[in-house]
Parts: sequence; structure tokens; C-alpha cells
Amino acid sequence: MRGLLIEVPAPADFDPSRRYALHPRVALRPEPFGALAYHYGNRRLNFLRSPDLVALVEGLGDHPSVEVALEASGIPPQRRPAYRAALARLATSDFLTAAPLPGGDRG
Amino acid sequence: MAEAALSPAKRSGLAGQLKAGLEAPICLTWEWTYACNLQCVHCLSSSGRRDPRELDKAQMRAVVDELAEMQVFYINVGGGEPMLRRDFFELVEHCVASGVGVKFSTNGGMLTADKARRLAAMDYVDVQISLDGVDAVTNDRVRGEGSYALVRRAMDHLVDADFGPFKISVVMTRDNVGQVDRYEDLARQYGAELRLTRFRPSGRGTDTWSQLHPTHAQQLFLYRWLFERPHVLTGDSFFHLSALGEPLPGLNLCGAGRVVCLIDPVGDVYACPFVLHDDFRAGSVLDPGGFAAVWRSSSLFRELRQPQSAGACASCGSYDACQGGCMAAKFFTGLPLDGPDPECVRGHGSALLEQMADSARPQGTSDHSRPTAVALIDKSVSSFR
Amino acid sequence: MDGTDVVETESPNDDDWIDDELIEDDLLVEEISIDGMCGVY
Repeated sequence: MRGLLIEVPAPADFDPSRRYALHPRVALRPEPFGALAYHYGNRRLNFLRSPDLVALVEGLGDHPSVEVALEASGIPPQRRPAYRAALARLATSDFLTAAPLPGGDRG
Repeated sequence: MAEAALSPAKRSGLAGQLKAGLEAPICLTWEWTYACNLQCVHCLSSSGRRDPRELDKAQMRAVVDELAEMQVFYINVGGGEPMLRRDFFELVEHCVASGVGVKFSTNGGMLTADKARRLAAMDYVDVQISLDGVDAVTNDRVRGEGSYALVRRAMDHLVDADFGPFKISVVMTRDNVGQVDRYEDLARQYGAELRLTRFRPSGRGTDTWSQLHPTHAQQLFLYRWLFERPHVLTGDSFFHLSALGEPLPGLNLCGAGRVVCLIDPVGDVYACPFVLHDDFRAGSVLDPGGFAAVWRSSSLFRELRQPQSAGACASCGSYDACQGGCMAAKFFTGLPLDGPDPECVRGHGSALLEQMADSARPQGTSDHSRPTAVALIDKSVSSFR
Repeated sequence: MDGTDVVETESPNDDDWIDDELIEDDLLVEEISIDGMCGVY
């Protein structure tokens, strides 16, 4: 409920080979440091502290998987573990949802 | 004494980025009216009588539109008693429809069964009910005869309407700190969240603060009690106590003019709801450029977004944790802003206060108190104007 | 206001330093309790 810096490991069920998208009830607002993200459903507030992360999150749903999104992002491979972990944390607080491709992809 | 630990937001540097200012407030407090059916002795906004310059429905809607455009996520609506506005529900509906969430604070006097059902049917409306004592004796002493009964009835209505979780908010005073366990019981009984908030010497509180604010021993108790209960909400209002050791949850900093601010019933913008005084007035939503211009460019907010001087607190090992405490608490007790909080846990504030004359204290800019003792209104709103 | 994000530099030396910093993912995503701000109801 009143989490601070929630130091959670990436949950086992976050799967970068799947497609994820920003939860429809999350509002993303650009800020000098990146963006503020607020979830109107669970009332949680996250700070995205990198413009790269913001761009990645905004475009996440346009790609068939997180890995493809990372590939398209221009973020170098050696930096991707940190971004995967950040996405996993957002998924943990329901800011990202697994989103099967239209057409009934297994997801 | 060991130096106090820092909150995570301070360790990571996020706190510093927030203090430099944001594109828009994360949320803001918006007092919708100075009218009130109660006359609480410690009212931070000195409410009672409606101000003739109160923003009308069109002006209010225009501000909502602006906030939506700025992507302010939600507003904390208070007053006075916000439900006294005849257009209360229209405005709430406009907010929700525009994507601006509403959390509002009420004394429950207008929260009829029907209104509870109406609120329960709305998306993104959170309710907070003000209660300052676990029984009528304690509560009514500060909020007026019959006010406890209004709260119990309002809470029953919310439960009957299946509203879901709401908040019970208590201002901590000398008289009610000892009741905190019973507040928890009451909240649990109603399926509500408990919120304890700091008593600031603002509004009518200026006159009662010295007698009513918690003692030093009570503050130590409160810190430990809150620390053991991270589920109890505080609105970050006890960050001055974080100097005692591990920080309490929250940003642990003053967000006035940086993270949050206040819009008052006549459209004036202040740095925070606890400093309704010209020195902390940043502008008006009615000025050219509206609220956005005030938030982004007012000289007061620009000043607050500069690094603040520790002043007299610079040599204290606790400064990073407590940041010199609450601006409003210092201002209305007459203390210098670059010095200790009046409730500084190291005793630096009380030492300073002892040297000062009463006449040095500022008074709030506007006083909407009613001149006579209130008769509580618990009938329909049409009987009250 | 659009601060240049230092992590966008591509020189090999910078990447080493950036790498260490960003492995700590809590620098990229930080949650703050909505109750954690003064004035929130």
C-alpha cells in the first residue's frame, strides 16, 4: 500500500519474449527527469527516471515482444538488463500488462 | 547522537529533482469553499462564511480543464466543507470525466445516504472523513457539539452504500494522541484506512496551537507508533520526526510550490494549504495564463525551487533528515524559516520560542470564521446558505 | 528542461561507467507512496 522504493526482484512471470503494453489506466506525464506515471486503478505512483525508459514504455505495445521493443529502441545490449528489470518492476505494480497480439496470439 | 538516516527518495537523488520543480503538481489541494457547517477550533483555513468572490461553476470548470490539460493526476478537495457547494457533484463529475481524480475531505455533515450511494457509483472518487477524537467528548471539544455524531452517521452511510475503503483523518493534538490504538480499531471496524496528520498552527490553529499541539513525549511516542505501522497514512506530515532515526515512509520533505500547492476558493494560489498568507501567495488562477502560468513562472515558486539554506540548522546532524521541518509551523509560530521547526525533536525550536514575544506571530491573510458559536447543521443543505 | 541524459553517450569509456550505474534498476524506476506527499488526502 504505502511502498517506498520497492526493491523487488524481477518477478518470475515477467517474460520479455511476450508483448507488454502500458496499462490503460496509467497516465504518463513527461518531466525533466523522465516521466511520472500514475495508475488510476491502484493509486500507485512511479517515477521513470530515464527518457530512454519513457520512450521504451510508450512504444512497448507497438512491438510483438519486449525484446523486439528493446531491439528497436537503440538501447545497447549491455544496458538492457537494467531496462528489463525496470520493466519487470512496472509490471509488478500493474503498470504494464501482458497484451497478446490481436488475432489471439498465445501471449 | 547518531545522524538520522535518509529516506530512499533522498538517497537516490529523486528528492533533489522534485525540489527543483515539476511540469505540473503531482496533485494539489483545492479548497472549494470557505463556507462550513462547523467551526473547528483549529481550522487551517479559518473557514465558516462563504466568500462573495468564491469562484462560480464556470470558473471552477475552467480550472478543472486546465488541470486536466496539465495532466494533474488528481486533486485533494477541501474547504470549508466542499459538499456545501450546490454544484459539488457536477464539479466532481466534470473532474472524473476529464481524467482528474478526486480525493475529498469532508466533515460528513452533508453525506446523506443518497449522496453516499451517488459517490459509490462514481469512478475515481476517494473520501476522507475528518475526526479528531475517538469519542464525542474528545472530538466535539475541537470540532463542536454534534460533530462526532455527524461523522459516525456519514461513515455508516458509506458502508451501507458499499462505497468501499475510505479514510478517517485525525489531526494529532495533545488530547487525542493517547487514543491512537482506538482509532485503529475504529478504522478496522469500518473497513477504513487511518490517517494521522500533524496539527499546524495555521488559520484558527494559530491561537490554539501552543495549548493543543502534542508534547515532546507524545511526539516520541507517535514516531515509534507510526514507525511500527507503515500502513497508517500521514500525508508525509510528520517528516520532522524522521530526525529521530529511520525515516517514516514518504518523501520526507516540504513539497510546497514544488510537488504540491493550493488553490483557494477565490482562485488564489498558495504554496501550501497551511500558509494562507500573502507571503506565500503565488498568484491567481484568474490571472492571464491561469494556473499553469502561476505554477511554472511565479516568483514565489521559482524561489522555493531554488536550493534552500539550512541557516541556523546547518550545523545539526539531523538537518538532512528533517530539512528544518515544516515551513508553515515555523511561519505561524513566528520562527525564522531558515531555522528549526517549533517541534524540532532536538528541542532547538522550543528553545527559540521561549525567547519570543507573542506579538511576533503572523496572522493568516483571510479569516472567514463566523463571529458567533456555530449551531451545527445536520438537516438538508437547503436550510444553510 | 530536456536535460541531456548522460546515458545516451556512446563512447566506450562512458559505457563502462554507465553500465555499473544502471545495473541498479531502482535508479530507473522509483515508486513513491501516493501518501508520501504533504497535502495529500
